Amino acid sequence: MSHLSERPAAPVVGRTLPHESASLHVSGAALYTDDLVGRTAGVLHAHPVQSPHAHARVTGLRLDKALEVPGVVRVLTAADVPGVNDAGVRHDEPLFPTEVMFHGHAVCWVLAETLEAARLGAAAVEVDYEPLPSLVTVREAIEAESFQGAQPVMVRGDVAAGLDRATRVFSGEIEFPGQEHFYLETHASIAQLDENGQVFIQSSTQHPSETQEIVAHVLGVPSHAVTVQCLRMGGGFGGKEMQPHGFAAVAALGAALTGRPVRLRLNRTQDITMTGKRHGFHASWRVGFDDEGRLQALDATLTSDGGWSLDLSEPVLARALCHVDNAYWIPDICIHGRIAKTNKTSQTAFRGFGGPQGMLVIEDILGRCAPRLGIDPAELRRRNFYTEGQTTPYGQEVRHPERMELTWQAVLDQADLAARSAAIAEFNRTHDDVKRGLALTPVKFGISFNLTAFNQAGALVHVYKDGSVLINHGGTEMGQGLHTKMLQVAATTLGVSLDRIRLAPTRTDKVPNTSATAASSGADLNGGAIKNACEQITQRLAEVAAARLGVPAASIRFRDGMALSSDPQEGNHADPAEPHGISWEDLVVAAYFERVQLFAAGYYRTEGLHWDSTIFQGHPFKYFAYGAAAAEVEVDGYTGAYRTRRVDIVHDVGDSLSPLIDIGQIEGGFVQGAGWLTLEDLRWDESDGPTRGRLATQAASTYKLPSFSEMPADFRVSLLEHAHEEGVVYGSKAVGEPPLMLAFSVREALRQAAAAFGAPGTSVHLDSPATPEAVYWAIEQARAGGDTSVIEHAADHASRPAVPRDGHRVDGHGNGRDGASVDGTGAGHASATRAHAIPTDLERGAYPATPPAQVKR
Amino acid sequence: MTSPTVPLRLFVNGDRHEIQVEPRKTLADALREDCGLTGTHLGCEHGVCGACTILVDGKPARACLMFAVQCEGMSIRTVEGLAPDDETLHPLQQAFWDNHGLQCGFCTPGFLMLAAGVLEENPEPTEEELVEALSSNLCRCTGYQNILKATQCAAEAMRE
Ligand code: FES
Ligand code: FES
Repeated sequence: MSHLSERPAAPVVGRTLPHESASLHVSGAALYTDDLVGRTAGVLHAHPVQSPHAHARVTGLRLDKALEVPGVVRVLTAADVPGVNDAGVRHDEPLFPTEVMFHGHAVCWVLAETLEAARLGAAAVEVDYEPLPSLVTVREAIEAESFQGAQPVMVRGDVAAGLDRATRVFSGEIEFPGQEHFYLETHASIAQLDENGQVFIQSSTQHPSETQEIVAHVLGVPSHAVTVQCLRMGGGFGGKEMQPHGFAAVAALGAALTGRPVRLRLNRTQDITMTGKRHGFHASWRVGFDDEGRLQALDATLTSDGGWSLDLSEPVLARALCHVDNAYWIPDICIHGRIAKTNKTSQTAFRGFGGPQGMLVIEDILGRCAPRLGIDPAELRRRNFYTEGQTTPYGQEVRHPERMELTWQAVLDQADLAARSAAIAEFNRTHDDVKRGLALTPVKFGISFNLTAFNQAGALVHVYKDGSVLINHGGTEMGQGLHTKMLQVAATTLGVSLDRIRLAPTRTDKVPNTSATAASSGADLNGGAIKNACEQITQRLAEVAAARLGVPAASIRFRDGMALSSDPQEGNHADPAEPHGISWEDLVVAAYFERVQLFAAGYYRTEGLHWDSTIFQGHPFKYFAYGAAAAEVEVDGYTGAYRTRRVDIVHDVGDSLSPLIDIGQIEGGFVQGAGWLTLEDLRWDESDGPTRGRLATQAASTYKLPSFSEMPADFRVSLLEHAHEEGVVYGSKAVGEPPLMLAFSVREALRQAAAAFGAPGTSVHLDSPATPEAVYWAIEQARAGGDTSVIEHAADHASRPAVPRDGHRVDGHGNGRDGASVDGTGAGHASATRAHAIPTDLERGAYPATPPAQVKR
Repeated sequence: MTSPTVPLRLFVNGDRHEIQVEPRKTLADALREDCGLTGTHLGCEHGVCGACTILVDGKPARACLMFAVQCEGMSIRTVEGLAPDDETLHPLQQAFWDNHGLQCGFCTPGFLMLAAGVLEENPEPTEEELVEALSSNLCRCTGYQNILKATQCAAEAMRE
């Protein structure tokens, strides 16, 4: 067992503990960034001037009337920026733009004595716009060839040969929307300068170091002149990984120019119309199976809707490509990725970071193809699981593939699947107007940042003379329980009780150059760093204790507030009644007087990672997290309304650091995933009207979030047992993101329930999100004979006319079905590779000429 | 800046607050900004999420949907006034803590006040009634399981 993963006796990790800030939360005393306003004197409030156009040139900006509004102090514009006028690291996001790129884009910011005065001032700013043509949908962008950033290709083997080898070849398309984070706390920053010009920013940010960097480049000062602190966030989910920087920079700029603290808090409407969301995707694919339903080849093009700037779109796309396989072995594979540039908010990180989007593609394929193959969908999935020795398409060996099988079996048992499947079949046989579906789906999710350099972390541990301990690390707390786990790690390593340890807020002047608290890796990385810092201290203290106890330092163990000799026979304590140890407090004092350093900076970097993004090969992940879910739904045949009757989850978190926290993450992640897949419906104005590009669902009243009412009536979550993970802090695994993808089970159950309205073996296409409306159309489709949008190809023609990459509306039969068919009209750009030739009319004639389903929307 | 303000007397958690507010100031903003009670949170600002739920004359209300001036003379209770005294937590507070009924905690004060109001009116709700009542607030983190568990535990403790 590795030193990092080995647990000592009676560890504090693994205990069931509530959240470390729970007492503050339940009393209302926990402070979020905006709660600090009342504690800061002389604060100015910032309000944006937002563009009413999806795309326009700013031809004039007049501030006089705004400055006349009582209380308005200043209007911040591009001319005020002493450094770089940009809110990102790619320098494609001007903070004060001369060309507005989406509806709601902030042109400038008004500072005033009150928020109301700032709002009135913003309304009085006169902006002249010259509207420009805009691209609002991913399809429009594809058609216009409006892309940004790299266009990676992930290849293994020979996809054409794989498709030739396959006996059943299908092709299809899917398009699915993004997701609004809707962290309950909106973005907030408060900036002020001290007497020496040091900028101090309180920000609701998942990535304080990057917030610091961006603020520094906007102000044109070195990073050491800027300190960012994050007390906690009221939810982040990736939405505060990249997005807070610009807001913090505006506040800092205002503070620098006025000499007064500036508060910038977005109200909900501003937050939802200005900040990025999960990327929606379009995918076209061609897949081959053998006679037993074993995947042979997958050829696909994934196009993400990046919005107006790159932001984190490239790494999100990389993770999407790296998760297209989910848990399945696909011998020959070729996946193209590209990022559409559209006139929307700059889409960004969101729990799963592209992983869910990549996996949705393959799960949708399996869900649609299973009935055509005549194989039960759960069996089709299981049959394709990775086995020992197999590698992912990007060349990483799949460690512990047997855990997928174990998890799957555990869910089968827990959910009593065999009996319930039979009961559901009987229910469906005897009910014409209501049908049930029960689906199982797996999750395999890679843990680590794809970019190797981000997989490092730092920590600072201080032991004071009274034996109390203060820890600090680079991770931020957004509710996920990271701080709780870090306290447990420190207590375990130092062998002291939790009440001896306090955790200080995350600040860039304590731990520098941190990575975002993201990629589920917060506990792995920061836990490694805290453990390292604590061990530096215990090593020094062991020498002091050893000298006193007359034993070798190597035999000293720290446990229960004592430094103990692990071998009671050793040393000069011949009398067994005498304790072979020294108390933590005494030892600390002794060490101080012996001039032993009682504090340490810890560091951790994940070993064994490498990644070449140019060829899309490497070993980007430390390990994989596994999980499986079984969901049962009941669907009403008249309305498409449904409810989730029961959900069973078994998830692999390694040896849990904190079981209560981990189960909470699994439940919350699953529900958030179910929200994305079934409820949350972002609608942008795609018309040519004056509000084109406007987000129509810009409030909680129109954007439906999961509430109590949508919870499974019966929800059972368990952790996979005996799941020790070698080489990770105390044998644990990351838990933040993977459970989100367990929600595919709900979507697939809905598909199966809808299909049950048709003849046995009916395949249906289900729109995403699978709202009752979408389910209703799926039922109609099933009643009309099922999904005809998936095309089956004659085997000998399988590989030639592959996936069109041009993305023109390729449903060759003139229907209006989104994402319905790739039976191309031949329109296209011949930039395709061999595997991506555009079908000719002749070849197309070889396909079954079934017209795609007529589905209205 | 010069928008006219009116004097207002608010009774919050038993304390009298003499404040000056613009007539259109919401109760939530008045509580946060003028009374210094930042435990009442704003999530959606239009009556959907319930993060701002408080008790007005014993009944759960959305502080973002009320004007402060509407509450002249009424008795308001916020999360800061839920505990009976500095030493003791309200059973709901204890139960949310013990059962991990929170993650980021932003929705917690709203849920606590909602549950307090609900349990005061109906100390023995069925699970169905409780789910129905708690459905009026949103939590983006927890998946609600522990919020329900915590409320049930608290209800039990309060009956004892
Ligand atoms: S803030 Fe009042 S209901 Fe959401
Ligand atoms: S705990 Fe974060 S919103 Fe409920």
